[in-house]
Amino acid sequence: MRTTLGALLCSAATMGAAQAQDGVDLEVMHWWTSGGEAAAVGKFAEALDEKTPHSWVDGAIAGGGDTARPVMVSRIIGGDPPAAFQFNHGRQAEELIEAGLLLDLTDVAEAQGWTDIVNPPGLLESCTIDGRIYCAPINIHSWNWMWLSGPAYEKAGLEMPTDWTGFIESAPALREAGVTPLAMGGQAWQQSGAFNNVMAIAIAGPEAWLSVMRDKNADTVLGEDYGRAFEAYAEARDLAQGWSGQDWNQATNAVITGEAGAQIMGDWAQGEFAVAGKTAGEDYGCLPGLGLGAYLQTGGDAFYFPKQDDPAVEAAQKELAALLLSPEVQVSFNSVKGSLPIRGDVDLTTVNECTQKGLDLLAKDQTLPSTEQLVSPDTITQLNDLMTEFWNTPSMTAEDVQARYAEVIADAD
Amino acid sequence: MAIAEDADRAPGDRPRGATRRPVRLFQNLQAKVAMVPMIFVALVVFLGGTIWTVVHSFTGSGLLPRLNWVGLDQYERLWSSRKWLVSIENLAIYGIFSIVGTLVIGFVLAALLDRKIRFEDTFRTIFLYPFALSFIVTGLIWQWLLNPDLGIQNVVRGAGWEGFAFDPLNNPDLVMYGLLIAGLWQGTGLIMCIMLAGLRGIDEDIWKAARVDGIGVVKTYVLIIIPMMRPVFVTALVLITSGIVKLYDLVVAMTSGGPGISSEVPAKYVMQATFGGQNLGQGFAASTMMLVMVVIILIPWAYLEFGGRRRG
Repeated sequence: MRTTLGALLCSAATMGAAQAQDGVDLEVMHWWTSGGEAAAVGKFAEALDEKTPHSWVDGAIAGGGDTARPVMVSRIIGGDPPAAFQFNHGRQAEELIEAGLLLDLTDVAEAQGWTDIVNPPGLLESCTIDGRIYCAPINIHSWNWMWLSGPAYEKAGLEMPTDWTGFIESAPALREAGVTPLAMGGQAWQQSGAFNNVMAIAIAGPEAWLSVMRDKNADTVLGEDYGRAFEAYAEARDLAQGWSGQDWNQATNAVITGEAGAQIMGDWAQGEFAVAGKTAGEDYGCLPGLGLGAYLQTGGDAFYFPKQDDPAVEAAQKELAALLLSPEVQVSFNSVKGSLPIRGDVDLTTVNECTQKGLDLLAKDQTLPSTEQLVSPDTITQLNDLMTEFWNTPSMTAEDVQARYAEVIADAD
Repeated sequence: MAIAEDADRAPGDRPRGATRRPVRLFQNLQAKVAMVPMIFVALVVFLGGTIWTVVHSFTGSGLLPRLNWVGLDQYERLWSSRKWLVSIENLAIYGIFSIVGTLVIGFVLAALLDRKIRFEDTFRTIFLYPFALSFIVTGLIWQWLLNPDLGIQNVVRGAGWEGFAFDPLNNPDLVMYGLLIAGLWQGTGLIMCIMLAGLRGIDEDIWKAARVDGIGVVKTYVLIIIPMMRPVFVTALVLITSGIVKLYDLVVAMTSGGPGISSEVPAKYVMQATFGGQNLGQGFAASTMMLVMVVIILIPWAYLEFGGRRRG
């Protein structure tokens, strides 16, 4: 693998030197490997190959961001950087920027007027350090969704619930029909994200959540609002007994087939429903903010461009950055990915019921920053460890996890 | 000047019956020159890298190494982290069972092959074959075999035993033993080969003498052959232990530390802290503790092994 990549990079370098005017190969690293994600990233590749002389070399890494980020970082630090790589917005790339390893995109951003078109503006702020822009935001993803299975509720002979409370009430009937009420993948980020990003905001409320994540206030964690959220999370743990799988898209698939009643997962799950040819509102339902308090986190993905020695590659990198934000690419990518475009001035051609709910919330400005924008990766790792331990240790109570969660928040930077 | 003259001569043709004493530094010059790269690697890469890591474990380095001292903070956090304690415990479980299991199974297989059976070559190849696979492949194969819907449980249930349950990888109490099965499957073949070579090195006359004295086969193995194979066991032990300390890829391929944190191991903690959490200081503190563990095991062993021999 490494040698093939090396060979590709070598050929890119020699080609760049020989024919500076012509296209160069741009190796782009990302972790979009599920069906819907791969189809979406294909749109970028198509656009780059067709509209520019450059060609897209796909550097997909399977296994999610936790697996992919170390590979990307070690390649950048090791002096063999890809032309571009995907990160989540926020603090993940902070130190790489401070060390001067990433390309400054400010001139592209000014030429294209990114400050005027990117909406919400927080996305671009997360790319900005000391007034310089270092990344190209490409989509808005929000964690705050619960997906309901049409077939499962049909089996149980029930209507799909409209909020978390209704879901809890319907759970015994689902169990009777042989359906696991909640599907949860086995990876730590999923179990942790369902609480940190979804249940905490929906149940404890946005003010309490901001006080914890932004102000790192440990007392709020020990308070009553968060207490209720932890209770609900413990309930969710019981509801998830009986289904086991690792990846989030396996869990989404269980919702599609009706093996499981629901899944708490971000809007990228909608890409899987789309690939399976399902219709929103009939085959599956969606509850933003668990149907309780509908707030969307506006995190997302962004591309960063490591500094390269070759000016031809650098020019191509900037071309790619501009291309990623162009209206047509935004529409084609985001309608496949299930995410929302980062420009307020484009219309998604086919908007389904769920995407429309998301766009409405965005228009009403019921948004919050993403956890990655507020908390360092170090703290997120600690929270992931804690929440996955809780999820897999039936003897651990909601009070236990609450106390230890408060400790992590108290130590957070 | 004398040095230069001496250096001009190749070490082989030192003047016969020379009146001068040869300079010791230039004895076997070729061999010493050949050693230079190795010495350089040992000093710079191993020793230098180790010191660099230990030094940085006292800093608050994040994604990139920096020298902002934080004292023992990283170690305090490490030893108060539940995940680290679980990792150490898991390594101990895996280590003890893996050493005992590999040595016992490896020796028994080797002894059976040594009984002059038919198709010895075939069996030897079969037993050694798993060793040709990487831990990642081994992990994936066993993940499927131990998956309740695809693997052993499903086959046994399909054969009619409906109540059969065998799902170690999803049970926090059993997951380390699930890993152990895969580890043993992969590792015993090599140990068996080493043991077999050791057994072949035992003189036939020993067996004849034992038979004349009327000592049973098992007793001969336990009381005579095994003590004679001490160096072979030491080699095997070193190989197994080094494999245990760096246990990482098998866990990643089979469970990625799950369910929860119940199959975490120290090497994985290091990777997760360094790259996932972008906290080099914490990762370095953890890897320094791994080094300390190895040293604690190694020093008494080296003392017994080498110190003892010198005395004898």
